Amino acid sequence: MSDPYLAIHGLKKSFALKPVLRGINLELARGQRMALLGANGAGKTTLLRILAALTKPDAGTVTLAHYDLRQDAQQIRHLVGFVAHQPYLYEELTALENLLFFASMYSVPSARERALSLLGEVGLERRARDRVATFSRGQVQRLAWARALLHRPQLLLLDEPDTGLDSEGLALIERLLEQHTERGGTTLFTTHQLERALHLGNQIVMLANGRIVYQQATASLEPAGARRAFEEMVR
Amino acid sequence: MPGEVHDVNPMDETGTTSIIGNAHIFLTQVWAILWKDIRYELRSKQTWTGMALFALLVLVIFNFAFDLRVDNKAAVAPGALWIAFVFASLLGLGRTITAEREKGSMDRLLLCPVDRKAIYLAKLLGNLLFIGVVEIVALPVFAVLFDVPLLVGALVPVVLLGSLGIATVGTLFSAMAAATRARELLLPILVFPLIVPVVIGAVRLTEDLLAPVANEPPWLGLIIAFDVIFLSISMLVFEYVIEE
Amino acid sequence: MAIANRATGLEQVRDKTISSGKKADLPVASLILGALSFVGMLISLWMIFIYAPTDAVQGPPQRIFYFHVPMAWLGMLSFVIMAVAGVVYLLKRDERWDILGRAASEVGIVFLTLAIILGSLWGRPIWGTWWTWDPKLTACLILWFMYVGYIMVHSYMGRTPESGRAAAVLALVGVVDVPIIYEATNWWRTLHPAAEIGVAGALPPSVTLTLMVALTTFTLLYCFMMIQLYQLVKMQTLAQRLRATVEYEIGE
Repeated sequence: MSDPYLAIHGLKKSFALKPVLRGINLELARGQRMALLGANGAGKTTLLRILAALTKPDAGTVTLAHYDLRQDAQQIRHLVGFVAHQPYLYEELTALENLLFFASMYSVPSARERALSLLGEVGLERRARDRVATFSRGQVQRLAWARALLHRPQLLLLDEPDTGLDSEGLALIERLLEQHTERGGTTLFTTHQLERALHLGNQIVMLANGRIVYQQATASLEPAGARRAFEEMVR
Repeated sequence: MPGEVHDVNPMDETGTTSIIGNAHIFLTQVWAILWKDIRYELRSKQTWTGMALFALLVLVIFNFAFDLRVDNKAAVAPGALWIAFVFASLLGLGRTITAEREKGSMDRLLLCPVDRKAIYLAKLLGNLLFIGVVEIVALPVFAVLFDVPLLVGALVPVVLLGSLGIATVGTLFSAMAAATRARELLLPILVFPLIVPVVIGAVRLTEDLLAPVANEPPWLGLIIAFDVIFLSISMLVFEYVIEE
Repeated sequence: MAIANRATGLEQVRDKTISSGKKADLPVASLILGALSFVGMLISLWMIFIYAPTDAVQGPPQRIFYFHVPMAWLGMLSFVIMAVAGVVYLLKRDERWDILGRAASEVGIVFLTLAIILGSLWGRPIWGTWWTWDPKLTACLILWFMYVGYIMVHSYMGRTPESGRAAAVLALVGVVDVPIIYEATNWWRTLHPAAEIGVAGALPPSVTLTLMVALTTFTLLYCFMMIQLYQLVKMQTLAQRLRATVEYEIGE
C-alpha cells in the first residue's frame, strides 16, 4: 500500500520488563475496519494504547495521516477516539459534565449542543444530569462511546467493544460504527471472537505472542482457513 | 448525525495562529481541570476538612509540647505555624493526584490532547487552593493560641509564597509517588529535603514580621527565586513523570 | 534455555538497550583504574600521615581533612552525574543512562556517608560536639537524604522505566536545589554562629599537594568503582528481565 492512512512499522514494546509487542508491521487504508484478533495477553490492548498515544513504544514508527507518533503525539490525540476496557469517565460528575469536560479538553466547538446531541444518539438523554456513579455498566459503556465520538475522530479504536453488551447495546454500536465509516472514518477494533471479527470488519489480523501471524481481507479470505489459523493461534 | 469526520485536523484550522489563541486554549484547559477537581472534592467530601482539623491539632499540640510561657511564645510560634502548614500540605498533596490514579488512571487526561503543563498547573492550583483553605482557618487560631498579632499585612504574601514553594515541588512528586505502594511514606521523604530553603525562609520571614530585626538576609527574594525556579522545572518535567 | 535465548539473545543484540559494543574496553579500563587507585592510595597514605605537616592549631585530627574533602567532593559530583544522566535518560529513554544514574547513586552515597561521618569525627575533638550546623555539612546531610530518596524511588517502584524517570526528576530537582539549600543555611547560620568545619587561612604548599594527591587518588578509586557498579547494575537489570520473561512464559 503506498501512502497508507495508518502505518505501523517495527513496533516493539516491553511492559515491566516483559516483551509484549515484538515487531508489528501493519497498514490501514482510510475507511477500513480492521479486526485485531488475539488471545488475552497477546498484546492487542497495548497496541491500541500506543495508537491512542497513551503509551510510548520502545522501538518502531507509527504514522497516522502523515503525523508521526513520536513528534506529533498531540495532533494524533485529536484524531483518535478510544473506547477501552476502562470507560475513562469521572464517576462523581454527571454525564453532561463529563462530556463538557472532555469537549474543552479537545477544544470541541459548540460543546453543549454537541454533548446533548451525542447523549441522544446513545440513548442517555434522560440521564444527562445524573452522576456516572449511578449508571449501570451498559450505560457507562454508552457514555464512553459518546466521549470517544465527541470530537469527531478520524480513527476509532475499540478494545473488545462487544463485551458485556446486550442485543440492544450491540445494535447501537453497530449503528455508530456504520455512521463512523460512512463519514470517512477508519476503525481498528479488537475481539477474541472470529465471528464478530468477520461480521464487523473488512480486514482480519491475528496477533499471537506479540507478532502478527495472519492477515487477510474479509472479502478474499477462505473461512475455513481463517478458522484454522484462529484455532492455531488460540492454542 | 450531522457533520463529516474531520478531514482537517482541528488544530490546523486554528493553525499556527496567535499565541493568544493558544494561551486561551491553555488557560481554558487549566480552568476546566481545576474546576473538575474542585467539584470532585466537594462531592466526595474527603480530605479538606480533615486537613484543616489536622493543622489546628498540630498547633494545639505544639502549645503543650513546648510549655510556653509568655516570653517564649513569640520565639516558637513561627516554627510551629510552618510545621503545621508543611504537614497539612503533605496530607493534601496526594489528594488530587490520588483521585486520578485511584480510579484507574491519569489516562483519562492523558488520552486528551491537553498540554501536560496545563495538567500540572491545574493540579498545582488545586493543591494551593486546599492548602490555602487550611491556612485561612489556621491563621486566626494561631494568632489566638500563641497570642500573636495576626494581621501584620505582609503575613499573607509570605504564607502564600511559602505555600507555593511547597506546592510546586509537592505536586510534582505526588504525581510520582502516587504510583507506588508506600505513597504516604515516600512523599515526605522526597519532599522534605527539597523544601528546606522555603521552610527556613518562611519561618525567618514570619519571625521577622512579628519581631523585626535589622540586617536580615533577603529571605523573600530567596523564596521567590525558589518558587520561580521550581515552578518552571516542574512544569517542564511533569509530562515525563506522568506519561508512560 | 530456549526461552532465555529468545529473550536475551538475538533480540537484545539487535536492540540498542543492554548490549554494549564496548565489551572489551570496560574491563581493561577497570583494571587500569584499579591498579592506579591502589598505587595512588599507597602514596596518599604516606603523604597524609607522614609527609604533610601537623596542623598547629588542630593537631593530628586535622588529617581527616585529606579524606573528608575528596569524599565530600566525589559524593557531590556523583549526584551531578546522576542529574545529568537523568536528564539524558528523560530525553532519550535509553536505559543505559538510567543504569549509569543508579550506579552513581550507589557509589555516591557510600562516599557521601563516609564524608559526613568523617566530618562529624573531625568536629568532635576540635569543637567538642558531634554535629554542627555548618552549611557545608548541612547541605551534605540533605543531599544524603536525596540520595536515599533516589534509591528508595527505584526500590519501591520496582526498577522499571517509570521508576527511572521518577528518579531522574528527583536528581534533577535535587541538583538545582542543593546550592539554594547551602545558601539558605549559610544565611541562617549567621544568626546562630556555630562551629565551622574547615581549615582556615592560606594553606602551605605541602598541604595543598597532599590534598591534590588524595583527591586524585579518590577520583581514580571512584571511577574504578563506577565501572564495577555499572556492570553490576547492568547484570542485575538483565537478570530481572530474564526472571520476568521466564515467569511470563511459565505463567501463561
